[in-house]
Amino acid sequence: MTPTLYVPRDSAALSLGADEVALKICAEARQRNIDIRLVRNSSRGMFWLEPLIEVETDAGRVGYGPVACDDVTTLFDAGFLQAGAHPLRQGIVDELPYLANQERLTFARAGITDPLSLDDYLQYQGYAGLKRALAMSSDQIVREVTDAGLRGRGGAAFPTGIKWRTVLATDAPQKYVVCNADEGDSGTYSDRMVMEGDPFMLIEGMTIAALAAGATEGYIYVRSEYPHAFRTLQKAIHTAIQQGYLGDDILGSGNTFHLHVRKAAGSYVCGEETAMLESLEGKRGMVRAKPPLPAIHGLFGQPTIINNVISLASVPVILARGAAFYSQYGMGRSRGTLPLQLAGNIRRGGLVEKAFGVTLRQLIDDFGGGTESGRPVRAVQVGGPLGAYLPASRLDTEVDYEALASLGGVLGHGGIVVFDDTVDMAHQARFAMEFCALESCGKCTPCRIGATRGVEVMDTIIAGDRAEQQVTLLRDLCSTMLDGSLCAMGGMTPYPVLSALDHFSEDFAPEPARKTG
Amino acid sequence: MTAHPSSEVNTAVQTAIDACATLPGALLPVLHGIQDSLGYIPAAAVKQVAEALNLSRAEVHGVVTFYHHFRDRPCGRHLVEICRAEACQARGARQLETHARKRLGCNLHETSADGGVTLEPVYCLGLCATGPAVTIDGKLHSRVTPERFDRLLERNA
Repeated sequence: MTPTLYVPRDSAALSLGADEVALKICAEARQRNIDIRLVRNSSRGMFWLEPLIEVETDAGRVGYGPVACDDVTTLFDAGFLQAGAHPLRQGIVDELPYLANQERLTFARAGITDPLSLDDYLQYQGYAGLKRALAMSSDQIVREVTDAGLRGRGGAAFPTGIKWRTVLATDAPQKYVVCNADEGDSGTYSDRMVMEGDPFMLIEGMTIAALAAGATEGYIYVRSEYPHAFRTLQKAIHTAIQQGYLGDDILGSGNTFHLHVRKAAGSYVCGEETAMLESLEGKRGMVRAKPPLPAIHGLFGQPTIINNVISLASVPVILARGAAFYSQYGMGRSRGTLPLQLAGNIRRGGLVEKAFGVTLRQLIDDFGGGTESGRPVRAVQVGGPLGAYLPASRLDTEVDYEALASLGGVLGHGGIVVFDDTVDMAHQARFAMEFCALESCGKCTPCRIGATRGVEVMDTIIAGDRAEQQVTLLRDLCSTMLDGSLCAMGGMTPYPVLSALDHFSEDFAPEPARKTG
Repeated sequence: MTAHPSSEVNTAVQTAIDACATLPGALLPVLHGIQDSLGYIPAAAVKQVAEALNLSRAEVHGVVTFYHHFRDRPCGRHLVEICRAEACQARGARQLETHARKRLGCNLHETSADGGVTLEPVYCLGLCATGPAVTIDGKLHSRVTPERFDRLLERNA
């Protein structure tokens, strides 16, 4: 039988040479007169092993990684097509503790299927949610999502069902579903993995949202830094239209949904939902004042469901398996699972989908294996560039929206960036202000001016000039930004700054008390 | 990449307008089309786009300058983007950026003296577990040490 091989096409694998490895495998097989079937699958999300090559066997897929071009000859010599022994052999991939200890509901197909194969998607429970939704009323779909307890996975954690209910209840000639795929937070890549690795899941989730709200047009707003995601979505949408899953008569039901993908242009603030709407309308990404809510007055002034990629990608499994199934996972008011993203200085960085309630320490130590440098963890930034820096002493905190909020932090989009003890937290605080100055849309003064003043104050502190007075000034500035900004850009930039100041005050002290190195 | 003669600019801009002008909120798709074909948005394009989309030149100029992705001038023969965001910082991006500036003899947003390489910052490529990450002419690379950066430059730029 022709051996089947899998080489991921995920951006992370590509950035580490997956295309070159795939070419080399094909060339080597030709030279040895061996027939192979090579599938470009999605990534398992175990990035320290990428490119992770998998070989189909009767016992399951056996993985080899990280594979470089130079390893291909020795892999063939070792008989890897029959799962032979090799220093890079990782064993049966599904049984690796990193995967076996996860609760993958949204990422159930990650690494298993060819992202652009609709047949693969259907074979692994794809479109089961839509088929059930087509037999339900809009009201029933909204109730199912509400009962599942799904909250917005983009960061704001607003109950998805309530948002949908508002759009459903608003009469309008045209309604929209917009997917916010402007995943600009450093340390996050779960949206990218869905779009590149399981695009039909997102399309299905958006189609269900459209049925729930009575929307007939949809947009996916993808950041320009994700060209592979953009192209994959375009191809998947084309296939879905051809096969009757999108268009004027979805699966013969008489329902209409047209889906478009739009490319952003490198503006972080366009991840803020109203700035994104402006951008989709062809304007500068200036934040709108709320109210009116986008659910009532959204894209082109019409009622609009706006959800993050992971929120929408969670919908198919909720519809397919029911609200009760989904909500049995989690803790407190955080129901279901969250795809967490281990990033930065970490030995086993990657995607870990777990029910809410897992602790940061379990994630960083048990899954992540500690820092890659082998030095102690000093700080962890949770929730992107607007998230707080937590000290190593706070790692027993549970992953839960309310638990993080009680520490003055946010869970955000589930990114966890680990820093070792070489980090200088004054420089990290300066960067937070610098980033805000760079990305502020400029509409409100606390953000536009405050961030620039913040950089200046941090420069003075770092230079050791009247550090104590400057720290007072910095706190004052942060409270103005927190209370006076129009959106989260200016309103949350103080989180990383103040948390750095509160937990790592020694880095803000005048020389020579400041830590060196 | 050098500036284009006006007839070529005119054709590229008109092609982008023809392809996208009827889309709702057409301005960003039109600008992407122009930049994909010319590598930047020439000043001459602003008027042409404004007229086609029934916008003021100020509105088009405002959009071109708001978004970091859009360039108003050509870049060097090669474009190198270095991720400056936190996850890459935790893995040595600050050191890589310093190395790159020294090696190319230019700062961010500048082009090396021989016109070979334009160096730009980028804020997250979604490769946060394998940083530092860079792109060279759009191709992604991660785990980029200063030594690997030099090798990639020699091979690609």
